Amino acid sequence: MKIACQVSGIVKSFGPNQVLKEVDLELPSAKVTVLMGANGAGKSTLVKILCGVYKADSGNVTLFGKDFAPASPADAFQSGVVTVHQTINNGVIPDLDVASNLMIDRLADNSSGFFLRTQKLRDEARKVASTMDLDLDITAAVRDLGLADRQMIAIARAMTRAPKLLILDEPTSSLSANEAKRLFKLLSNLKEQGVAILYISHRMSDIRAIADRIVTMRDGKISGIFDEPSLDYEGAVTAMLGQKMVHAKLQVQEKGMPIFELRNAKLSKFSNPFDLVFYKNEIIAITGLLGSGKTAIASAIFGLNGLFEGDMLLHGEAYRPKSPADAISKGIFMCPKDRSTNAVVSDFDITNNMVLPFLDRHSWFSFLKSKNLAKKASVSILDLGIVCQSELDQVTTLSGGNQQKVMIGRWLSEKSEILLLDEPFQGVDIKARRDIGSQIRQSSRERATLVFVSELDEAVEIADKIVVLHEGSYAGIFENKESNIVNILSLYSGKSAGDVAMKSGSLNG
Amino acid sequence: MNLTGFAIRYGFLLLLLGLVLLFSIVAEGFAGPRSAVFIFQSVSITGILALGVTATLVVDGFDLSIGSVATTALMLSAYVMVVLEMSAFAAIISCLIMGAIVGLVNGLLIVKARVPDLLATLGMMFLLIGLQRIPTEGRSISTGMKLPSGETTEGVYSQSFLWLGRHRLDFFLENLIPIPVIIFILVGIVIWLFLELTRHGRLMYAIGSNETATALAGANVNKYKILAYVISGITASIGGILLSARLGRGDIASGNNLLLDSVAAALIGFAVLGAAKPNAFGTAIGALFVGVLLQGLTMMNAPYYTQDFVKGSVLVIALIFTFALSSKGRKTGH
Repeated sequence: MKIACQVSGIVKSFGPNQVLKEVDLELPSAKVTVLMGANGAGKSTLVKILCGVYKADSGNVTLFGKDFAPASPADAFQSGVVTVHQTINNGVIPDLDVASNLMIDRLADNSSGFFLRTQKLRDEARKVASTMDLDLDITAAVRDLGLADRQMIAIARAMTRAPKLLILDEPTSSLSANEAKRLFKLLSNLKEQGVAILYISHRMSDIRAIADRIVTMRDGKISGIFDEPSLDYEGAVTAMLGQKMVHAKLQVQEKGMPIFELRNAKLSKFSNPFDLVFYKNEIIAITGLLGSGKTAIASAIFGLNGLFEGDMLLHGEAYRPKSPADAISKGIFMCPKDRSTNAVVSDFDITNNMVLPFLDRHSWFSFLKSKNLAKKASVSILDLGIVCQSELDQVTTLSGGNQQKVMIGRWLSEKSEILLLDEPFQGVDIKARRDIGSQIRQSSRERATLVFVSELDEAVEIADKIVVLHEGSYAGIFENKESNIVNILSLYSGKSAGDVAMKSGSLNG
Repeated sequence: MNLTGFAIRYGFLLLLLGLVLLFSIVAEGFAGPRSAVFIFQSVSITGILALGVTATLVVDGFDLSIGSVATTALMLSAYVMVVLEMSAFAAIISCLIMGAIVGLVNGLLIVKARVPDLLATLGMMFLLIGLQRIPTEGRSISTGMKLPSGETTEGVYSQSFLWLGRHRLDFFLENLIPIPVIIFILVGIVIWLFLELTRHGRLMYAIGSNETATALAGANVNKYKILAYVISGITASIGGILLSARLGRGDIASGNNLLLDSVAAALIGFAVLGAAKPNAFGTAIGALFVGVLLQGLTMMNAPYYTQDFVKGSVLVIALIFTFALSSKGRKTGH
């Protein structure tokens, strides 16, 4: 086994905080090493040292036996270490077309000519796109593309750099199952060419699909290395968390009165109409792949877009929210997905992030009652176990999982009739996921809770009932029971048997 | 708190204090109530405009039209009193309404027509500069001037209107504090209360930081953005009224520097108390800072043409405080 990159004794502190405590890690060529770790374990810091964003305080890194201490990301990339970061928009330039995006490193290279040769650029871009199975008009502006396409472009762009060590940080978080498959196929091609791959992910389904070895991190140290042929996934999760994680066991709750109804609802021109009723004290997971219509339902109930066709009834009366404000005033709350774009107000502290939608309930003639706000926030901090110094911490100083807890706390802090949670576990480690899940279940007595998730194991973990959507149409509703899982899976992936087999792997994760 | 933290938080205020002490020692007559009031008076109009532009900066916008709104108010008030021979009250009300309408149009252009803020308000600025010249064919307005129609104007600036710009209240000393200073302080307090202590202000800051998130939290983002431009338009027209009351004529050439000076004050305000964001207190201090510096240098016989250079240098230093030293200064703004 040839070692591409050897990390030994890396220490890194930020102020008094020691984030990495003597990390040793080997990354062999032609293998996919998956790095797992809870939020705040030090994964991102380690990656940033490898790709030249941070400098280690002590310890050293060698690349193919030679000392490697990149001074900048450009330096790291010259040496063949290429990184695809989690934040997609750092990887693409929205105002340029796909071809320029793919070839941007060539454009930035000083040795290439002064004048742009559009035709040549496009030809080469097309070549890159075809090796990636990227089915896109390369003259289209990236601005007009969806998140998934942008992510694929960011990854394709990394490929043009002929990497020796490729680092991917949560690359599938906005990809559909098909796109993820394309990515995995590509990664295995690269692996055969001898590239060492470091793959960071929380997703069990990803890890099962591509891991050759698993390395886990906890509290700034390597806590486990798993490279025996049949990988011990359970062991890896335990090593990552430092404790055995009991699979959340659900007591299906007694449902209360019906609160909300969808009648003859159609999500788009081509979908079939369906009816659904949501009850008090019931948690329903609405699942389906990317583009299955989850977001359309959530947006309609929260007053962002109307339903394509059909009616909504709240307490038996017609409900047609004009705006989110209207929905909120009627007790219908939504915690949106993609928290950094849709939820986090990065200039604010925890308190002000938490109470943002309810400022009117905590003010007197428009003047804010700041003591009330702080009290409200500290209660949520305790309930959700948010790790922080005080409720006055800037929200951006928190780790991703804790930021997500603040966003969930925002909508749990007041009473609601219906709570919509769109991808509440996005980019959150298992510990935080369990904290959030149990808080949602504990507080659900007086409302109907709808959780929109694309990962089926997340649905199984939290819901009383599971609704499956497929390509904009309703496909079925099931009690959350072991015996229903097979049925759910077959609907989930649109009947294909192969898909079912692949997906079922993720269920036990 | 470590040294950098201390420097970021109090550095600018200490610098201001140091300047005051320095000038008090080296410039004869700098220290004293009359000189202090003079400084306040010299910055009161720019300060009022700067407070308005602060409101637009809070929602991550920008209002380039404030200077021209102020000069339009100057010309409008003169026109109403001198040409139309109406009362001071009518002049003031028409100026305030004009300011509000310009702000509303700016807001609608930005929110509904989706014109970027800089371009919308730049267009408005141009439009107003032209508009204020049309009724008098580009001439200043004063009693006894000839109108395009051939008539001679007979109206006069009313005494109560001039009172706004010229009267001084007794405060320990006789005739000490001019009305514009009082209005500057009042506008400052109102804007500060609104931005810092009300939920509307809090939501406007939220919009400036993450518009989508604030909309999804149920706030009417468009309403607040329009409101910011209306505030900016009204404060600019107040500035114009005071300028008119001070000059006593509709001087077409006045107020050229208002835009740059007030934008500078608002941006210098970012550096005060390490806020790294637009804030009313900082804006007021920013305006005073420039005033102190200019007054001190003038008393030390620095020539008038160095003034813009001094202001520019202060602005650049303040921006370094805000963006290079403070970790909060990630946002580039405009």
